[in-house]
Amino acid sequence: MGNPTNVRTLRISRRNLLRASAIAVAAGCGVIPRVAWCATPNSSTGSRGSEAFAYFTQDEIAFLDAAVDRLIPADDLGPGAKEANVTFFIDQQMAGSFGRAETWYMQGPWKQGTPQQGYQLKLTPAQLYRAGIRDVNEYCQRTFKKDFSELDAGIRDRVLHGLEKGDIALRDTPAKDFFEMLLKNTGEGFFADPIYGGNQHFAGWTLLGFPGPRYNYINEIDQFGKPYTLPPVGLAGRNGSPAKRNV
Amino acid sequence: MATRLKPVDVVLVGFGWTGSILAQELTDAGLQVLAIERGKFRDTVPDFATTHIQDELKYAVRNALFEEPARETLTFRNSSAETALPMRHLGSFNPASGVGGAGVHWNGQNWRFLPSDFVQRSHIEERYGKKFIPEDMTIQDWGVTYNELEPYYDKWEYMCGISGEAGNIRGKLQSGGNPFEGARARGYPLPPLKRSYATAIFDKAAREAGFKPFPCAAANTSQPYKNPYGVQMGQCTYCGYCEWFACGNYSKSSPQTTILPVLLKKDNFAYRTLCDVTRVNKDSSGKRATGVTYVDVQGREFEQPAELVILCAFAQHNVHLLLLSGIGAPYDPKTNGGVVGRNYAYQITSSVDVFLNENVNPFMGAGALGQAIDEFNGDNFDHAPHKFIGGGYIALWTTGGRPILQQHGLPDGTPKWGSDWKKARHENYLRSASIATHGSVMSYRDSYLDLDPTYRDVYGNPLLRLTFDFHDNEHKMSKFLTDKAALIGKAMKPRSIKVNYREGHYSILPYETTHNTGGAAMGTDPKTSVVNRYLQCWDMPNVFVMGASVFPQNAGYNPTGTVGALTFWAADAIRNRYMKNPGQLIHT
Repeated sequence: MGNPTNVRTLRISRRNLLRASAIAVAAGCGVIPRVAWCATPNSSTGSRGSEAFAYFTQDEIAFLDAAVDRLIPADDLGPGAKEANVTFFIDQQMAGSFGRAETWYMQGPWKQGTPQQGYQLKLTPAQLYRAGIRDVNEYCQRTFKKDFSELDAGIRDRVLHGLEKGDIALRDTPAKDFFEMLLKNTGEGFFADPIYGGNQHFAGWTLLGFPGPRYNYINEIDQFGKPYTLPPVGLAGRNGSPAKRNV
Repeated sequence: MATRLKPVDVVLVGFGWTGSILAQELTDAGLQVLAIERGKFRDTVPDFATTHIQDELKYAVRNALFEEPARETLTFRNSSAETALPMRHLGSFNPASGVGGAGVHWNGQNWRFLPSDFVQRSHIEERYGKKFIPEDMTIQDWGVTYNELEPYYDKWEYMCGISGEAGNIRGKLQSGGNPFEGARARGYPLPPLKRSYATAIFDKAAREAGFKPFPCAAANTSQPYKNPYGVQMGQCTYCGYCEWFACGNYSKSSPQTTILPVLLKKDNFAYRTLCDVTRVNKDSSGKRATGVTYVDVQGREFEQPAELVILCAFAQHNVHLLLLSGIGAPYDPKTNGGVVGRNYAYQITSSVDVFLNENVNPFMGAGALGQAIDEFNGDNFDHAPHKFIGGGYIALWTTGGRPILQQHGLPDGTPKWGSDWKKARHENYLRSASIATHGSVMSYRDSYLDLDPTYRDVYGNPLLRLTFDFHDNEHKMSKFLTDKAALIGKAMKPRSIKVNYREGHYSILPYETTHNTGGAAMGTDPKTSVVNRYLQCWDMPNVFVMGASVFPQNAGYNPTGTVGALTFWAADAIRNRYMKNPGQLIHT
């Protein structure tokens, strides 16, 4: 077990310290700033800009950057998930109540059900990512002698399709469940309000033409066919990258 | 050891729509009423403020206003041959938790059921003959008729400030409304909401196809409104954040916007939040309830004595409490005996995505802003050639264009990710709409609720177990409806359409609808119903059960209007019949 530092910047704000502390208490393992997951593998850490990653290791961040970049690529229509900071969004989600499956019924006995019976894994979303990334990298090393993040775009696409269809058998993780979670969270990160760290500079909303949560369309709703031209606004206003302000 | 509290006249289990209505009505009658709610207290200010409520991730995706399966869930299987497994996170339906219940997060799609819906079995037998009903279909008459309920629908609609266009006032058809609806005494309190572009295109196409479209009745206020309790609502701003969200604008009818400002001031009303009722207590005869037991947030157990116990929780939770408390005989599908848990039903939905040429700005909308046709609901058409029972409405709703979950399907052949997916979202977001079909589900011998033998809740009580699947009758009906919806979709002259039939097994995910019904069915015969026509338990006259749990089968409409009407109907019976002579109101 390593001793990863999960707050990546030298400038540790009081707010992040408090947040890290809360996570540490909730996870019941370690003291600040040795936080996040009991099962965090040994991995060197790094930083990207001023983001304070709370859950993923450097290797996991590399994996996710390489994966979300294929799920929603940058192209002539605009930035993709990587540029919109979706990796950071997923990290924040995994460090929070969703990653811990706090609201889920997680009591046994555990059994494999029918597809109609839904999610029946013992893993929380955060644990599913940790196991899934490890197993996909293991598959890629076995098959291509490289980590997933080191593969060319076309090969990454092939691997992702293999996971999606369940054609690739991972060591421990059900590939389809992992892929489904990854795809879902990537979409969430691309389209959720920027306060959650993704959809930076309203990348997702701009792609669609969604102007953000606005209060009043009484005068516009019956102007049939007329484009709505005001720029996107989020819960934190016109600032498309409010999450970074906290650091 | 439970602490015994001071007795009250009435204890309400759950403080959502039905609890709020009963509290208001029964305190008016002079009774001391206590509501016990498992969730938190919440109100428009500060909890629903528009500065933070329009958060799709928090509310629609991460379910901030709903019950948490970690505390309360059920197990599910398609048939009794399978082993039921827990619903580990929410999926197919989203019951609420907290004051106001699902009245806080609903769309406001408000309907009356058809007169024929209330006499489901006798109506079908009369029109098509007894043999038309499959042997395993356990549908029954409600014991109350549409005409009896009409004044209570009216009361509900005027309390809510419903925006709509009447179709039938005292038997006289009104142009622009739903010509198939039962006769109403008067029109809606407010005119319909403004139309969205997509609903206008649907309206034109439906007319061209020979149907009679109308604006759906909405519990979203088209104008400022003061209801008969004196509570003021504001005009809806079409912000597009109704379903899964609370309204920060006092524009969506909820207990908070229609009842609580008056109710909470009353000296003879009290409520307790974050308290889970675990049992209805009985006296030694087993024929009379003495109150309830609940556990508070500190884990302390209390016994709350009451003269009258009324179950006002979400449909399946009422059934769970009846089973845990041993009130009424549990239903047994093998013998077809017993009643509690019998006749669970649901709804069957499908959609037709329409990819338009026009920019329809989908993000400008309201939870119940829709245009519908009702030609194929209930028994509004001759079923004889089709060999199925039931029907549903076909509607185009513009409830919002929230970007994570509200993209309707993408054109056929679009991949699920990558550049082509991104391009499809870019090209279709502003130029697509979806036509929904909202179909009834009949009740069957093999669709029921009972207690799970394996899985337990946080108090160590057995979880409720749901055994349910769609039957051929519903698949046939849904296909029929979907084909009609596709007809209208094509008449909208789109670039293309995508038809999404509902096929195969019922699944606990993804989301379909929160219109779960039955398990405490009402009826005329204690052998096939838990409650009588006044929603009073046959086996325990001082226990009443509210909500969709009393529906003997489900109709092709959203249930809240009928839940509201039934609650006012029951409140009236308690005030004017039961209080005068406490005891069983119906003698068989």
